[in-house]
Amino acid sequence: MSPTFFAASEAESRLLPGGTFRGPTPYVIAIMTFVMMIVAAAGLALANAAGVVGSAVEHKYILQLSDSRSGKVERAVAVARSVRGVTDVQAVPEEQMRRTLERWIGPGGLGEDLPVPAIIHIELAQGANADATGALLQHAEPGSRFIAEKATVQPLLGSLRALRWLAASLVILMAAATSAAVVLATRSALDNYRSTIDIMHGIGATDGQIARLFQRKIALDALVGAIAGAAIAAIALLVVGGGGSALARDVAGTVPLRRSDLILLAMMPLAVSLLATLVARAAVLSALRKAP
Amino acid sequence: MRAHWQGGGRVQQALADGRGGLLSAIVKFDSVGLRYGTGAEVLRDLDFRLAKGGFYFLTGPSGAGKTSLLQLLYLARRPTRGRIQLFGQDISDASRDVLPDYRRRIGVVFQDFRLIRHLSAFDNVALPLRIAGKSDAEVEGPVREMLAWVGLADRASAPPPTLSGGEQQRVAIARAVVSQPELLVADEPTGNVDSDMAARLLHLFTALNRLGTTIVVATHDIGLITSTPGARLMRLEKGTLGDPTGALRNPPAEPVRAG
Repeated sequence: MSPTFFAASEAESRLLPGGTFRGPTPYVIAIMTFVMMIVAAAGLALANAAGVVGSAVEHKYILQLSDSRSGKVERAVAVARSVRGVTDVQAVPEEQMRRTLERWIGPGGLGEDLPVPAIIHIELAQGANADATGALLQHAEPGSRFIAEKATVQPLLGSLRALRWLAASLVILMAAATSAAVVLATRSALDNYRSTIDIMHGIGATDGQIARLFQRKIALDALVGAIAGAAIAAIALLVVGGGGSALARDVAGTVPLRRSDLILLAMMPLAVSLLATLVARAAVLSALRKAP
Repeated sequence: MRAHWQGGGRVQQALADGRGGLLSAIVKFDSVGLRYGTGAEVLRDLDFRLAKGGFYFLTGPSGAGKTSLLQLLYLARRPTRGRIQLFGQDISDASRDVLPDYRRRIGVVFQDFRLIRHLSAFDNVALPLRIAGKSDAEVEGPVREMLAWVGLADRASAPPPTLSGGEQQRVAIARAVVSQPELLVADEPTGNVDSDMAARLLHLFTALNRLGTTIVVATHDIGLITSTPGARLMRLEKGTLGDPTGALRNPPAEPVRAG
C-alpha cells in the first residue's frame, strides 16, 4: 500500500468503493465553506475599516475653547503653531460654529453677548509628545480642553473590533461544526466498511493503512465541497460586495478587502479540506484503537 | 506451480523431495485461559507448544472452543490469563502497534471465509501482499498462480457473491497462503469443497509445511486427518486440551512433518 498521506493506488481505492457526492459530506462542507467565507470576508472588511478609521485620527487632537471672543482663537492658534511637533493647526471658522449652534438654539438665538465656543484641529507629528503639547496649550488658554480625536471615535472602533472578533469566532465555530460533521461522516463510513476493516486488520493492515483509505475519501469529498462552497461565496461577494466596495472607497479612501485578504480567503477551501482530512484521520484512528 | 509465486519453485521442489524440518517452538501457550465478558472460561489451562514446521489438526466437538483457540493463534483475541509466545515473543500484553507485523506472518482461513464482497477474487487474494507493501507488478504473478492452483484462474475478476461456497473457500485459502506465512491457521478449510479439491488443498498445505510453514487446521474431517500421517492431533473438549502423552506440552526433538 502506498505510504503517502493522500495518494492511493487504484487497488487501494477499490477497497472503499463509492466516489464523491455519495454522502452528505461534500454538501455539508460546501455550505459550511460558503458561510465561513462570507463571515471571514465581513470580518476582514471590518478589521480594515477599523484600521483606516483608527489611523486617520491617530495623531489628531482638538483644542476646545469655551469663548471665541477677545482674540482667544487667534492667540491659541499662534501658540499651537509655535509648539514643536505640531504639523498642522486649523481653527473651525466662527461662522460654521454659529451655524452648528443654531441647529440647537434656533435662528437668532445667538446674540452678541452669548459666547460662541471655538474648535481648533491640531495634528501632531509621529512621536510628538501629546501630553506636553496639551499642557502647554491649556496653560496658554486657561479653561480650554485638549482632546484626542481617537477618543471620540473609540466607541465606533470598539464596535468594529467586537464585530471583527465575532466574525472570527463564527469562523472558528463553523470550522468546529465542519469537524463534527466530518466525524459523523467518518463514523458512518467506518460502520459501512466494518467487515472490510476487520478483514484488513486480521491480515496485518496497520491502523495507519486503514486510516489512509478513509482520509483520502474524506479529503476528496471535502475538497470538492469546499471548492463549490468557495465558488458560490466568491460570486456572492462580487455581487453583494461590489456596492460596498465603492462606498468604502468613497468614505475611507480604500477598498474593503486588500490583496492579502483575498489570498487568505482563497486559501480557505484548502484549509477546510486539510482540516476535514486531519479530523477524519483522527476519528478513524480513535475508532480503530478500540479493536483488539 | 510456476516460479512467479514467491517460493513457488521451492514448493514444487518440496512436493517432489519432501525436505523441510522442525527447528523450535513457534507457538507457546502457558496456562492460557479465555473468557468472554464475565462468562465462564471457554478455554482453560492451555499448556502446549507448536513446533516450528509442524502440522497439527485441531479437533473436538462443536462448542469445544476450537475457533476461540484459533482466534488466539491468529491474534484476533488476547488471553484473559496466562501467557502466549508467538515467533519467540510474548504477545500476551504486546502493544497494538506491533500486532500487524505478527499478523502478516500468519495466514488465516476463516470458517466464514471473510472475503471482501466488493473486491474481485484477484484483489481478495492480493490483499495480504498489498498490505505488505508489494507493488502491482510484484502481486500479479503470485496471485494468478495461486488462483490457478485452487482452480479459479478463470474466475479472477469475479466478486465473491457470484462464487459458490466452495469457490469462496478456495479464494480464502489462496489469500491465506499467497504470502507464504510462517504459520497457517485454517478453520474447517475443506468444509465446502468436494473430496478431490479437499485432497488438492491438503496437498498445498503439506507443500507449504515442507517449506517450513507451521500448519494448524481445525477440522471434523477424519479423512483429512488420516490422509496426513505425519500430523499431530490436538483434541479440545470443553475448553481443555487433551494431551495424554505430554507430546504437546513437551514436544519431542525430532522433526514433525506431514505426509
